[in-house]
Amino acid sequence: MIQMKLISKRFGSINPLSIDSYMNADGYKGLEKALKMHPNKIIDELEKSRIRGRGGAGFPAHTKVRALSKQSGDKYIVCNADEGEPGNFKDRSIMENDPHAIIEGMIILAYATGASKGIIYIRGEYQNAIMIMKASIKAAEEKGLIGENIQNKSFDFKIEVRSGAGSYVCGEEFSLIESIEGKPGRSRTKPPYPTEKGIHNLPTLINNVETFANFSHIILMGGDEFAKIGTKSSTGTKLISLSGNVKNKGLYEVPFGTSIRDVIFKLGKGVKNNRKIKMVQLGGAAGPIIPEYMLDMSIDFDRFENFDSKTGTGAIIVIDDRFDLFDILLINMKFFVNQSCGKCAPCREGHVQIVNLLNKFINHRATEKDLMSLENLANVIQQTSLCGLGQSSMTSIISSLRYFRDDYFSKVRY
Amino acid sequence: MILLNEILSKYPKEQEYLIEILLEYQTSKKNHYISSEDVASISKYLGVPESQVCSVISFYSLLSMKPKGKYVIQVCHDVPCFVNDSTSIYDKLVEILEINDGETTKDNLFTLEITECLGRCNEAPAMRVNNLVYVSLTPAKVEKIINDLRGEKK
Ligand SMILES: Cc1cc2nc3c(=O)[nH]c(=O)nc-3n(C[C@H](O)[C@H](O)[C@H](O)COP(=O)(O)O)c2cc1C
Ligand code: SF4
Ligand code: FES
Repeated sequence: MIQMKLISKRFGSINPLSIDSYMNADGYKGLEKALKMHPNKIIDELEKSRIRGRGGAGFPAHTKVRALSKQSGDKYIVCNADEGEPGNFKDRSIMENDPHAIIEGMIILAYATGASKGIIYIRGEYQNAIMIMKASIKAAEEKGLIGENIQNKSFDFKIEVRSGAGSYVCGEEFSLIESIEGKPGRSRTKPPYPTEKGIHNLPTLINNVETFANFSHIILMGGDEFAKIGTKSSTGTKLISLSGNVKNKGLYEVPFGTSIRDVIFKLGKGVKNNRKIKMVQLGGAAGPIIPEYMLDMSIDFDRFENFDSKTGTGAIIVIDDRFDLFDILLINMKFFVNQSCGKCAPCREGHVQIVNLLNKFINHRATEKDLMSLENLANVIQQTSLCGLGQSSMTSIISSLRYFRDDYFSKVRY
Repeated sequence: MILLNEILSKYPKEQEYLIEILLEYQTSKKNHYISSEDVASISKYLGVPESQVCSVISFYSLLSMKPKGKYVIQVCHDVPCFVNDSTSIYDKLVEILEINDGETTKDNLFTLEITECLGRCNEAPAMRVNNLVYVSLTPAKVEKIINDLRGEKK
Protein backbone atom coordinates (compact mmCIF):
# COMPACT_ATOMS: atom_id res chain seq x y z
CA MET A 1 0.00 0.00 0.00
CA ILE A 2 2.11 2.85 -1.13
CA GLN A 3 -0.85 5.11 -1.88
CA MET A 4 -2.37 7.12 0.95
CA LYS A 5 -5.60 8.84 0.07
CA LEU A 6 -6.40 12.00 1.94
CA ILE A 7 -7.05 14.63 -0.72
CA SER A 8 -8.28 12.08 -3.25
CA LYS A 9 -10.24 9.86 -0.89
CA ARG A 10 -13.62 11.10 -2.12
CA PHE A 11 -12.64 10.99 -5.82
CA GLY A 12 -15.06 8.79 -7.68
CA SER A 13 -17.18 7.98 -4.65
CA ILE A 14 -19.14 11.24 -4.41
CA ASN A 15 -21.08 13.19 -6.99
CA PRO A 16 -18.99 16.34 -7.48
CA LEU A 17 -22.07 18.28 -8.51
CA SER A 18 -23.95 17.49 -5.31
CA ILE A 19 -23.12 19.40 -2.14
CA ASP A 20 -25.18 16.90 -0.13
CA SER A 21 -23.09 14.07 -1.45
CA TYR A 22 -20.00 15.96 -0.21
CA MET A 23 -21.56 16.66 3.17
CA ASN A 24 -22.46 13.00 3.62
CA ALA A 25 -18.78 12.18 3.17
CA ASP A 26 -17.55 14.44 6.03
CA GLY A 27 -17.67 17.52 3.83
CA TYR A 28 -17.76 20.90 5.60
CA LYS A 29 -17.00 19.20 8.94
CA GLY A 30 -13.62 20.93 9.02
CA LEU A 31 -15.33 24.28 8.56
CA GLU A 32 -17.86 23.45 11.27
CA LYS A 33 -15.01 22.75 13.67
CA ALA A 34 -13.03 25.80 12.57
CA LEU A 35 -15.95 28.14 13.20
CA LYS A 36 -15.92 27.05 16.85
CA MET A 37 -12.24 27.98 17.14
CA HIS A 38 -10.59 31.36 17.59
CA PRO A 39 -9.15 32.54 14.23
CA ASN A 40 -5.61 32.66 15.67
CA LYS A 41 -5.97 29.10 16.89
CA ILE A 42 -6.70 27.98 13.32
CA ILE A 43 -3.45 29.56 12.11
CA ASP A 44 -1.64 27.88 15.03
CA GLU A 45 -2.92 24.51 13.82
CA LEU A 46 -1.66 25.27 10.30
CA GLU A 47 1.72 26.13 11.80
CA LYS A 48 1.81 22.88 13.77
CA SER A 49 0.90 20.91 10.65
CA ARG A 50 3.95 22.43 8.92
CA ILE A 51 2.11 22.22 5.62
CA ARG A 52 3.97 23.72 2.67
CA GLY A 53 2.35 25.11 -0.47
CA ARG A 54 1.56 22.62 -3.22
CA GLY A 55 1.93 25.06 -6.14
CA GLY A 56 5.61 24.26 -6.67
CA ALA A 57 7.74 26.37 -4.37
CA GLY A 58 6.82 24.71 -1.09
CA PHE A 59 6.53 27.88 0.94
CA PRO A 60 5.27 27.34 4.53
CA ALA A 61 1.53 28.03 4.32
CA HIS A 62 1.00 29.44 7.81
CA THR A 63 3.49 32.30 7.27
CA LYS A 64 1.44 33.84 4.47
CA VAL A 65 -1.82 33.19 6.29
CA ARG A 66 -0.58 34.92 9.43
CA ALA A 67 0.76 37.84 7.39
CA LEU A 68 -2.68 38.31 5.83
CA SER A 69 -4.48 38.05 9.17
CA LYS A 70 -2.42 40.96 10.50
CA GLN A 71 -3.59 43.30 7.72
CA SER A 72 -6.73 45.32 8.24
CA GLY A 73 -9.53 46.30 5.88
CA ASP A 74 -10.65 44.51 2.71
CA LYS A 75 -8.51 41.53 1.74
CA TYR A 76 -8.51 38.88 -0.94
CA ILE A 77 -8.04 35.14 -0.86
CA VAL A 78 -7.12 33.70 -4.24
CA CYS A 79 -7.10 30.08 -5.27
CA ASN A 80 -4.51 29.60 -8.00
CA ALA A 81 -6.03 27.10 -10.44
CA ASP A 82 -4.04 28.23 -13.44
CA GLU A 83 -2.26 24.87 -13.71
CA GLY A 84 -0.35 25.53 -16.92
CA GLU A 85 2.86 23.67 -16.14
CA PRO A 86 3.07 20.86 -18.74
CA GLY A 87 2.67 17.45 -17.14
CA ASN A 88 0.35 18.57 -14.35
CA PHE A 89 -3.31 17.64 -13.99
CA LYS A 90 -3.74 17.33 -10.23
CA ASP A 91 -5.56 20.64 -9.71
CA ARG A 92 -7.96 19.85 -12.52
CA SER A 93 -8.58 16.47 -10.90
CA ILE A 94 -9.46 18.05 -7.55
CA MET A 95 -11.80 20.60 -9.16
CA GLU A 96 -13.55 17.95 -11.23
CA ASN A 97 -13.83 15.34 -8.46
CA ASP A 98 -14.09 17.17 -5.15
CA PRO A 99 -14.77 20.87 -5.78
CA HIS A 100 -16.21 21.64 -2.35
CA ALA A 101 -12.96 20.64 -0.64
CA ILE A 102 -11.38 23.72 -2.24
CA ILE A 103 -14.27 25.99 -1.30
CA GLU A 104 -14.24 24.67 2.27
CA GLY A 105 -10.50 25.42 2.56
CA MET A 106 -11.07 28.94 1.26
CA ILE A 107 -13.87 29.64 3.76
CA ILE A 108 -11.72 28.36 6.64
CA LEU A 109 -8.94 30.75 5.62
CA ALA A 110 -11.38 33.61 5.17
CA TYR A 111 -12.61 33.10 8.72
CA ALA A 112 -9.05 32.77 10.03
CA THR A 113 -7.81 35.94 8.33
CA GLY A 114 -10.90 38.14 8.08
CA ALA A 115 -10.83 38.24 4.28
CA SER A 116 -14.14 38.97 2.59
CA LYS A 117 -13.30 38.50 -1.07
CA GLY A 118 -12.44 35.19 -2.69
CA ILE A 119 -11.41 34.46 -6.26
CA ILE A 120 -10.73 31.14 -7.97
CA TYR A 121 -8.62 31.82 -11.06
CA ILE A 122 -8.95 28.86 -13.43
CA ARG A 123 -7.08 28.49 -16.68
CA GLY A 124 -9.31 29.08 -19.69
CA GLU A 125 -8.64 25.65 -21.15
CA TYR A 126 -10.35 24.00 -18.16
CA GLN A 127 -13.96 24.62 -19.25
CA ASN A 128 -15.32 21.63 -17.36
CA ALA A 129 -13.65 22.66 -14.11
CA ILE A 130 -14.92 26.23 -14.54
CA MET A 131 -18.47 24.96 -14.91
CA ILE A 132 -18.17 22.68 -11.85
CA MET A 133 -16.61 25.35 -9.62
CA LYS A 134 -19.28 27.91 -10.56
CA ALA A 135 -22.05 25.43 -9.79
CA SER A 136 -20.42 24.45 -6.49
CA ILE A 137 -20.08 28.07 -5.35
CA LYS A 138 -23.79 28.53 -6.06
CA ALA A 139 -24.66 25.42 -4.06
CA ALA A 140 -22.55 26.60 -1.12
CA GLU A 141 -24.26 29.99 -1.25
CA GLU A 142 -27.65 28.32 -1.11
CA LYS A 143 -26.59 26.47 2.04
CA GLY A 144 -25.46 29.74 3.63
CA LEU A 145 -21.81 28.67 3.66
CA ILE A 146 -20.77 31.60 1.49
CA GLY A 147 -22.35 35.04 1.55
CA GLU A 148 -23.20 37.40 4.35
CA ASN A 149 -23.20 36.62 8.04
CA ILE A 150 -22.00 33.05 7.44
CA GLN A 151 -23.37 30.55 9.98
CA ASN A 152 -24.31 33.51 12.21
CA LYS A 153 -20.62 34.16 12.81
CA SER A 154 -20.98 37.73 11.54
CA PHE A 155 -18.40 37.26 8.84
CA ASP A 156 -18.95 37.74 5.12
CA PHE A 157 -17.18 35.92 2.33
CA LYS A 158 -17.96 35.84 -1.34
CA ILE A 159 -16.25 33.72 -4.02
CA GLU A 160 -16.06 34.45 -7.75
CA VAL A 161 -14.57 32.38 -10.55
CA ARG A 162 -12.26 34.11 -13.01
CA SER A 163 -11.05 32.54 -16.19
CA GLY A 164 -7.56 32.71 -17.56
CA ALA A 165 -7.18 33.16 -21.30
CA GLY A 166 -4.19 31.07 -22.30
CA SER A 167 -1.09 32.35 -20.55
CA TYR A 168 1.22 30.18 -18.47
CA VAL A 169 2.95 33.08 -16.72
CA CYS A 170 -0.39 34.09 -15.15
CA GLY A 171 0.20 31.31 -12.61
CA GLU A 172 2.99 33.46 -11.17
CA GLU A 173 1.61 35.52 -8.28
CA PHE A 174 1.91 39.06 -9.57
CA SER A 175 1.04 38.12 -13.15
CA LEU A 176 -2.04 36.43 -11.69
CA ILE A 177 -2.94 39.62 -9.85
CA GLU A 178 -2.53 41.72 -13.00
CA SER A 179 -4.69 39.26 -14.92
CA ILE A 180 -7.42 39.34 -12.26
CA GLU A 181 -7.40 43.14 -12.62
CA GLY A 182 -8.16 42.65 -16.32
CA LYS A 183 -4.70 43.45 -17.68
CA PRO A 184 -1.97 41.58 -19.53
CA GLY A 185 -0.28 39.20 -17.05
CA ARG A 186 3.07 40.92 -16.64
CA SER A 187 4.74 40.48 -13.27
CA ARG A 188 5.66 43.23 -10.80
CA THR A 189 8.84 43.67 -8.80
CA LYS A 190 8.75 42.46 -5.19
CA PRO A 191 8.56 43.64 -2.43
CA PRO A 192 5.87 44.63 -1.57
CA TYR A 193 4.54 41.08 -1.48
CA PRO A 194 0.92 40.20 -2.34
CA THR A 195 -0.01 39.85 1.33
CA GLU A 196 0.83 43.56 1.62
CA LYS A 197 -0.24 44.90 -1.78
CA GLY A 198 -2.05 42.55 -4.11
CA ILE A 199 -5.25 42.92 -6.14
CA HIS A 200 -6.14 46.64 -6.38
CA ASN A 201 -3.31 47.14 -3.87
CA LEU A 202 -5.30 45.28 -1.20
CA PRO A 203 -3.68 42.51 0.87
CA THR A 204 -3.97 39.24 -1.06
CA LEU A 205 -3.24 35.64 -0.15
CA ILE A 206 -2.58 33.24 -3.02
CA ASN A 207 -2.52 29.51 -2.56
CA ASN A 208 -2.61 26.53 -4.85
CA VAL A 209 -5.74 24.36 -5.28
CA GLU A 210 -4.18 21.35 -3.56
CA THR A 211 -3.02 23.52 -0.64
CA PHE A 212 -6.61 24.69 -0.05
CA ALA A 213 -7.88 21.12 -0.26
CA ASN A 214 -5.62 20.20 2.69
CA PHE A 215 -6.95 22.75 5.16
CA SER A 216 -10.14 21.02 6.31
CA HIS A 217 -8.18 17.80 6.92
CA ILE A 218 -5.66 19.68 9.06
CA ILE A 219 -8.43 21.24 11.16
CA LEU A 220 -10.25 17.92 11.52
CA MET A 221 -7.25 15.80 12.51
CA GLY A 222 -5.29 18.59 14.21
CA GLY A 223 -1.95 20.00 13.11
CA ASP A 224 0.17 17.60 15.16
CA GLU A 225 -1.54 14.50 13.73
CA PHE A 226 -1.17 15.87 10.19
CA ALA A 227 2.54 16.48 10.75
CA LYS A 228 3.01 12.77 11.45
CA ILE A 229 2.30 12.00 7.79
CA GLY A 230 5.21 12.34 5.39
CA THR A 231 8.72 13.45 6.32
CA LYS A 232 10.19 15.94 8.73
CA SER A 233 10.55 18.69 6.17
CA SER A 234 7.51 17.85 4.05
CA THR A 235 4.37 16.86 5.89
CA GLY A 236 1.21 15.31 4.52
CA THR A 237 0.58 13.66 1.21
CA LYS A 238 1.31 14.72 -2.35
CA LEU A 239 -0.79 14.29 -5.45
CA ILE A 240 1.37 12.98 -8.25
CA SER A 241 0.60 13.56 -11.93
CA LEU A 242 2.31 10.59 -13.57
CA SER A 243 2.63 10.78 -17.36
CA GLY A 244 4.82 9.94 -20.32
CA ASN A 245 5.84 6.41 -21.30
CA VAL A 246 4.51 4.53 -18.27
CA LYS A 247 1.99 1.71 -18.48
CA ASN A 248 -0.49 3.28 -16.06
CA LYS A 249 -0.46 7.03 -16.46
CA GLY A 250 -2.65 8.81 -13.95
CA LEU A 251 -3.14 10.65 -10.69
CA TYR A 252 -1.80 9.05 -7.50
CA GLU A 253 -1.52 10.22 -3.92
CA VAL A 254 1.41 9.22 -1.72
CA PRO A 255 2.85 10.41 1.57
CA PHE A 256 5.94 12.61 1.19
CA GLY A 257 9.04 10.46 1.41
CA THR A 258 7.89 7.91 -1.17
CA SER A 259 10.53 7.26 -3.80
CA ILE A 260 10.08 8.33 -7.39
CA ARG A 261 10.98 4.79 -8.43
CA ASP A 262 8.11 3.34 -6.42
CA VAL A 263 5.66 5.73 -8.03
CA ILE A 264 6.84 4.80 -11.51
CA PHE A 265 7.14 1.05 -11.00
CA LYS A 266 4.61 0.17 -8.30
CA LEU A 267 1.84 2.63 -9.18
CA GLY A 268 2.62 3.28 -12.84
CA LYS A 269 3.51 -0.41 -13.41
CA GLY A 270 6.76 0.50 -15.14
CA VAL A 271 7.64 1.58 -18.64
CA LYS A 272 5.42 0.75 -21.60
CA ASN A 273 6.64 -2.16 -23.75
CA ASN A 274 9.28 -2.75 -21.05
CA ARG A 275 11.65 -0.27 -22.60
CA LYS A 276 14.45 1.42 -20.68
CA ILE A 277 14.05 4.82 -19.06
CA LYS A 278 16.19 7.43 -20.75
CA MET A 279 15.24 10.31 -18.47
CA VAL A 280 12.56 11.58 -16.09
CA GLN A 281 11.44 15.19 -15.88
CA LEU A 282 10.12 16.29 -12.49
CA GLY A 283 7.61 19.07 -11.85
CA GLY A 284 6.97 20.07 -15.46
CA ALA A 285 8.71 22.07 -18.20
CA ALA A 286 10.43 24.16 -15.51
CA GLY A 287 11.68 21.12 -13.64
CA PRO A 288 14.90 19.09 -13.68
CA ILE A 289 15.68 16.18 -15.98
CA ILE A 290 17.27 13.29 -14.11
CA PRO A 291 18.70 9.92 -15.16
CA GLU A 292 17.39 6.48 -14.16
CA TYR A 293 19.98 5.97 -11.42
CA MET A 294 18.56 8.90 -9.44
CA LEU A 295 15.04 7.53 -9.17
CA ASP A 296 15.50 6.32 -5.60
CA MET A 297 15.33 9.95 -4.56
CA SER A 298 12.32 10.56 -2.34
CA ILE A 299 9.55 13.04 -2.95
CA ASP A 300 10.38 15.76 -0.46
CA PHE A 301 10.73 19.54 -0.75
CA ASP A 302 14.21 19.53 0.82
CA ARG A 303 15.52 17.00 -1.68
CA PHE A 304 14.02 19.04 -4.47
CA GLU A 305 15.71 22.20 -3.28
CA ASN A 306 18.90 21.12 -5.06
CA PHE A 307 17.06 21.86 -8.25
CA ASP A 308 14.60 24.72 -8.16
CA SER A 309 11.20 25.81 -7.09
CA LYS A 310 9.01 24.00 -9.56
CA THR A 311 9.78 20.39 -8.73
CA GLY A 312 7.25 20.46 -5.91
CA THR A 313 4.16 20.37 -8.14
CA GLY A 314 4.44 16.58 -8.12
CA ALA A 315 4.55 15.91 -11.85
CA ILE A 316 6.64 12.94 -12.97
CA ILE A 317 7.17 12.61 -16.72
CA VAL A 318 8.80 9.36 -17.79
CA ILE A 319 10.65 9.34 -21.12
CA ASP A 320 11.95 6.10 -22.62
CA ASP A 321 15.10 5.38 -24.58
CA ARG A 322 13.57 6.05 -28.01
CA PHE A 323 13.84 9.76 -27.30
CA ASP A 324 16.75 12.14 -27.57
CA LEU A 325 17.54 14.60 -24.77
CA PHE A 326 17.68 17.50 -27.22
CA ASP A 327 14.20 16.93 -28.62
CA ILE A 328 12.84 17.16 -25.09
CA LEU A 329 14.89 20.26 -24.25
CA LEU A 330 13.79 21.94 -27.46
CA ILE A 331 10.09 21.45 -26.63
CA ASN A 332 10.69 22.86 -23.14
CA MET A 333 12.54 25.90 -24.45
CA LYS A 334 10.05 26.67 -27.24
CA PHE A 335 7.40 26.64 -24.53
CA PHE A 336 9.23 29.38 -22.65
CA VAL A 337 9.79 31.41 -25.82
CA ASN A 338 6.02 31.40 -26.31
CA GLN A 339 5.18 32.05 -22.67
CA SER A 340 7.64 34.83 -21.82
CA CYS A 341 5.68 38.00 -21.10
CA GLY A 342 8.43 40.07 -22.70
CA LYS A 343 8.92 42.47 -19.82
CA CYS A 344 12.60 41.76 -19.16
CA ALA A 345 15.40 41.14 -21.66
CA PRO A 346 17.13 38.05 -20.22
CA CYS A 347 13.91 36.06 -20.54
CA ARG A 348 12.55 37.66 -23.73
CA GLU A 349 15.81 37.41 -25.72
CA GLY A 350 17.53 34.64 -23.79
CA HIS A 351 15.09 31.85 -24.57
CA VAL A 352 15.30 32.59 -28.29
CA GLN A 353 19.10 32.31 -28.12
CA ILE A 354 18.85 29.06 -26.18
CA VAL A 355 16.61 27.59 -28.88
CA ASN A 356 19.15 28.63 -31.55
CA LEU A 357 21.96 26.98 -29.60
CA LEU A 358 19.96 23.77 -29.09
CA ASN A 359 19.28 23.62 -32.82
CA LYS A 360 23.03 23.74 -33.40
CA PHE A 361 23.44 20.66 -31.22
CA ILE A 362 20.58 18.88 -32.94
CA ASN A 363 22.12 19.56 -36.36
CA HIS A 364 25.59 18.51 -35.16
CA ARG A 365 26.94 21.98 -35.82
CA ALA A 366 27.73 22.87 -32.19
CA THR A 367 31.28 23.47 -31.04
CA GLU A 368 32.77 23.39 -27.55
CA LYS A 369 32.34 27.15 -27.53
CA ASP A 370 28.60 26.71 -28.06
CA LEU A 371 28.48 24.36 -25.10
CA MET A 372 30.08 27.05 -22.97
CA SER A 373 27.72 29.70 -24.31
CA LEU A 374 24.74 27.52 -23.52
CA GLU A 375 25.92 26.98 -19.98
CA ASN A 376 26.67 30.67 -19.40
CA LEU A 377 23.47 31.91 -20.95
CA ALA A 378 21.37 29.47 -18.92
CA ASN A 379 22.92 30.80 -15.73
CA VAL A 380 22.41 34.42 -16.78
CA ILE A 381 18.72 33.85 -17.55
CA GLN A 382 18.21 32.06 -14.25
CA GLN A 383 19.94 34.73 -12.20
CA THR A 384 18.80 37.95 -13.86
CA SER A 385 15.18 37.35 -14.88
CA LEU A 386 12.56 39.45 -13.16
CA CYS A 387 10.00 36.81 -12.26
CA GLY A 388 9.77 33.12 -11.48
CA LEU A 389 9.30 32.16 -15.11
CA GLY A 390 12.82 33.09 -16.19
CA GLN A 391 14.23 32.13 -12.81
CA SER A 392 13.02 28.54 -13.16
CA SER A 393 12.90 27.90 -16.91
CA MET A 394 16.57 26.86 -17.20
CA THR A 395 16.31 23.97 -14.76
CA SER A 396 16.03 21.31 -17.46
CA ILE A 397 19.10 22.69 -19.26
CA ILE A 398 21.18 23.11 -16.11
CA SER A 399 20.28 19.69 -14.68
CA SER A 400 20.89 17.93 -17.99
CA LEU A 401 24.27 19.62 -18.33
CA ARG A 402 25.06 17.99 -15.02
CA TYR A 403 23.60 14.51 -15.50
CA PHE A 404 23.68 14.05 -19.28
CA ARG A 405 26.95 15.73 -20.17
CA ASP A 406 27.92 12.88 -22.48
CA ASP A 407 24.85 13.56 -24.59
CA TYR A 408 26.13 17.08 -25.16
CA PHE A 409 29.65 15.92 -25.95
CA SER A 410 28.38 13.31 -28.39
CA LYS A 411 26.87 16.13 -30.47
CA VAL A 412 29.81 18.53 -30.31
CA ARG A 413 31.88 18.89 -33.47
CA TYR A 414 35.60 19.03 -32.75
CA MET B 1 -24.21 43.75 -31.79
CA ILE B 2 -27.33 42.95 -29.79
CA LEU B 3 -25.53 39.90 -28.51
CA LEU B 4 -22.52 41.91 -27.32
CA ASN B 5 -24.79 44.31 -25.45
CA GLU B 6 -26.53 41.39 -23.83
CA ILE B 7 -23.20 40.01 -22.59
CA LEU B 8 -21.94 43.41 -21.48
CA SER B 9 -25.05 44.11 -19.42
CA LYS B 10 -24.30 41.03 -17.27
CA TYR B 11 -21.02 42.53 -16.02
CA PRO B 12 -20.20 45.49 -13.78
CA LYS B 13 -18.49 48.35 -15.63
CA GLU B 14 -15.05 47.48 -14.31
CA GLN B 15 -11.82 46.57 -16.09
CA GLU B 16 -11.64 43.49 -13.85
CA TYR B 17 -14.25 41.85 -16.05
CA LEU B 18 -12.59 42.63 -19.39
CA ILE B 19 -11.12 39.15 -19.91
CA GLU B 20 -14.36 37.43 -18.88
CA ILE B 21 -16.31 39.55 -21.35
CA LEU B 22 -13.85 38.98 -24.18
CA LEU B 23 -13.87 35.22 -23.64
CA GLU B 24 -17.62 34.90 -23.39
CA TYR B 25 -18.24 37.05 -26.43
CA GLN B 26 -15.57 35.40 -28.56
CA THR B 27 -16.91 31.93 -27.73
CA SER B 28 -20.38 32.98 -28.84
CA LYS B 29 -19.14 34.27 -32.20
CA LYS B 30 -19.05 32.00 -35.21
CA ASN B 31 -15.55 33.01 -36.25
CA HIS B 32 -14.13 33.14 -32.71
CA TYR B 33 -12.58 36.58 -32.86
CA ILE B 34 -13.02 40.11 -31.56
CA SER B 35 -13.38 42.71 -34.35
CA SER B 36 -12.23 46.32 -34.07
CA GLU B 37 -15.88 47.41 -33.79
CA ASP B 38 -16.28 45.00 -30.86
CA VAL B 39 -13.19 46.52 -29.25
CA ALA B 40 -14.70 49.98 -29.59
CA SER B 41 -17.98 48.95 -27.94
CA ILE B 42 -16.29 47.10 -25.10
CA SER B 43 -13.91 49.99 -24.53
CA LYS B 44 -16.82 52.42 -24.36
CA TYR B 45 -18.82 50.25 -21.97
CA LEU B 46 -15.98 49.64 -19.50
CA GLY B 47 -14.34 53.03 -19.89
CA VAL B 48 -11.04 51.32 -20.71
CA PRO B 49 -9.01 52.80 -23.62
CA GLU B 50 -9.19 50.80 -26.89
CA SER B 51 -5.41 50.42 -26.87
CA GLN B 52 -5.63 48.61 -23.54
CA VAL B 53 -8.36 46.27 -24.76
CA CYS B 54 -6.18 45.43 -27.76
CA SER B 55 -3.11 44.84 -25.62
CA VAL B 56 -5.08 42.37 -23.49
CA ILE B 57 -6.31 40.53 -26.58
CA SER B 58 -2.82 40.28 -28.01
CA PHE B 59 -1.33 39.08 -24.71
CA TYR B 60 -3.60 36.08 -24.22
CA SER B 61 -3.35 33.17 -26.63
CA LEU B 62 -7.03 32.21 -26.34
CA LEU B 63 -8.08 35.67 -27.57
CA SER B 64 -7.83 36.78 -31.19
CA MET B 65 -8.52 39.77 -33.41
CA LYS B 66 -8.21 37.59 -36.50
CA PRO B 67 -11.18 35.52 -37.71
CA LYS B 68 -10.80 31.79 -37.23
CA GLY B 69 -12.67 28.75 -38.51
CA LYS B 70 -15.89 27.41 -37.03
CA TYR B 71 -13.84 24.74 -35.30
CA VAL B 72 -10.55 25.76 -33.72
CA ILE B 73 -8.43 22.65 -33.33
CA GLN B 74 -5.60 22.88 -30.82
CA VAL B 75 -3.19 19.97 -30.75
CA CYS B 76 -1.07 19.64 -27.64
CA HIS B 77 2.61 19.26 -28.31
CA ASP B 78 4.26 19.36 -24.90
CA VAL B 79 6.53 16.59 -23.64
CA PRO B 80 3.95 14.16 -22.13
CA CYS B 81 1.97 14.26 -25.41
CA PHE B 82 5.09 14.31 -27.60
CA VAL B 83 6.42 11.07 -26.10
CA ASN B 84 2.98 9.55 -26.71
CA ASP B 85 3.25 10.33 -30.42
CA SER B 86 1.39 13.62 -30.71
CA THR B 87 3.42 14.28 -33.85
CA SER B 88 1.40 11.64 -35.70
CA ILE B 89 -1.81 13.40 -34.60
CA TYR B 90 -0.62 16.75 -35.90
CA ASP B 91 0.68 15.22 -39.13
CA LYS B 92 -2.67 13.50 -39.72
CA LEU B 93 -4.51 16.81 -39.28
CA VAL B 94 -2.14 18.56 -41.69
CA GLU B 95 -2.75 15.77 -44.18
CA ILE B 96 -6.55 15.76 -44.06
CA LEU B 97 -7.14 19.48 -43.56
CA GLU B 98 -4.34 20.53 -45.92
CA ILE B 99 -3.33 23.42 -43.66
CA ASN B 100 -0.48 24.11 -41.24
CA ASP B 101 -0.15 25.56 -37.76
CA GLY B 102 -2.06 28.85 -37.49
CA GLU B 103 -3.95 28.46 -40.79
CA THR B 104 -7.67 28.19 -41.58
CA THR B 105 -9.24 25.98 -44.26
CA LYS B 106 -10.69 27.72 -47.33
CA ASP B 107 -14.24 26.81 -46.32
CA ASN B 108 -13.63 28.54 -42.95
CA LEU B 109 -14.54 25.37 -41.13
CA PHE B 110 -11.24 24.53 -39.38
CA THR B 111 -8.32 26.41 -37.87
CA LEU B 112 -5.30 24.35 -36.81
CA GLU B 113 -3.09 25.39 -33.92
CA ILE B 114 -0.29 23.79 -31.93
CA THR B 115 -0.96 24.46 -28.28
CA GLU B 116 0.46 23.99 -24.80
CA CYS B 117 -0.40 21.25 -22.32
CA LEU B 118 -4.16 20.80 -21.90
CA GLY B 119 -3.80 19.14 -18.50
CA ARG B 120 -4.86 15.78 -19.88
CA CYS B 121 -1.38 14.22 -19.97
CA ASN B 122 -2.79 11.13 -18.21
CA GLU B 123 -4.71 10.47 -21.45
CA ALA B 124 -2.12 11.73 -23.94
CA PRO B 125 -2.13 12.62 -26.75
CA ALA B 126 -4.84 15.24 -26.46
CA MET B 127 -6.40 17.98 -28.56
CA ARG B 128 -9.12 20.56 -28.07
CA VAL B 129 -11.85 21.48 -30.54
CA ASN B 130 -13.47 24.70 -29.36
CA ASN B 131 -14.34 23.93 -25.74
CA LEU B 132 -14.27 20.16 -26.05
CA VAL B 133 -11.17 18.06 -25.31
CA TYR B 134 -10.47 14.77 -27.08
CA VAL B 135 -7.99 12.34 -25.48
CA SER B 136 -6.10 9.07 -26.09
CA LEU B 137 -5.96 10.01 -29.76
CA THR B 138 -4.77 7.92 -32.68
CA PRO B 139 -4.55 9.08 -36.30
CA ALA B 140 -7.62 6.94 -37.09
CA LYS B 141 -9.60 8.55 -34.26
CA VAL B 142 -8.62 12.01 -35.48
CA GLU B 143 -9.82 11.20 -38.99
CA LYS B 144 -13.19 10.11 -37.61
CA ILE B 145 -13.56 13.24 -35.46
CA ILE B 146 -12.88 15.48 -38.47
CA ASN B 147 -15.28 13.53 -40.67
CA ASP B 148 -17.98 13.81 -38.03
CA LEU B 149 -17.45 17.57 -37.73
CA ARG B 150 -17.58 17.95 -41.50
CA GLY B 151 -20.82 15.97 -41.56
CA GLU B 152 -22.31 18.22 -38.93
CA LYS B 153 -22.07 21.13 -41.37
CA LYS B 154 -24.64 19.64 -43.77
C1 LIG C 1 5.72 30.99 -14.24
C2 LIG C 1 5.02 30.50 -13.01
C3 LIG C 1 3.84 29.79 -13.13
C4 LIG C 1 3.17 29.34 -12.00
N1 LIG C 1 2.02 28.64 -12.17
C5 LIG C 1 1.35 28.22 -11.06
C6 LIG C 1 0.11 27.55 -11.20
O1 LIG C 1 -0.38 27.32 -12.29
N2 LIG C 1 -0.54 27.16 -10.07
C7 LIG C 1 -0.03 27.42 -8.81
O2 LIG C 1 -0.66 27.08 -7.82
N3 LIG C 1 1.15 28.04 -8.67
C8 LIG C 1 1.83 28.45 -9.75
N4 LIG C 1 3.01 29.12 -9.59
C9 LIG C 1 3.47 29.38 -8.22
C10 LIG C 1 2.76 30.60 -7.68
O3 LIG C 1 3.47 31.75 -8.06
C11 LIG C 1 2.64 30.59 -6.16
O4 LIG C 1 3.88 30.30 -5.62
C12 LIG C 1 1.64 29.60 -5.64
O5 LIG C 1 0.38 29.74 -6.25
C13 LIG C 1 1.49 29.76 -4.15
O6 LIG C 1 0.63 28.78 -3.64
P1 LIG C 1 1.14 27.69 -2.60
O7 LIG C 1 1.90 28.43 -1.53
O8 LIG C 1 -0.10 27.07 -2.08
O9 LIG C 1 2.01 26.74 -3.34
C14 LIG C 1 3.70 29.58 -10.71
C15 LIG C 1 4.90 30.28 -10.59
C16 LIG C 1 5.56 30.73 -11.72
C17 LIG C 1 6.84 31.46 -11.54
S1 SF4 D 1 11.11 36.61 -16.44
FE1 SF4 D 1 10.00 36.43 -18.40
S2 SF4 D 1 7.88 36.20 -17.81
FE2 SF4 D 1 8.96 37.01 -16.01
S3 SF4 D 1 8.80 39.24 -16.15
FE3 SF4 D 1 10.69 38.69 -17.23
S4 SF4 D 1 10.02 38.45 -19.39
FE4 SF4 D 1 8.18 38.38 -18.14
S1 FES E 1 1.20 17.48 -22.45
FE1 FES E 1 -0.51 17.25 -23.72
S2 FES E 1 -2.14 17.36 -22.32
FE2 FES E 1 -0.42 17.68 -21.06
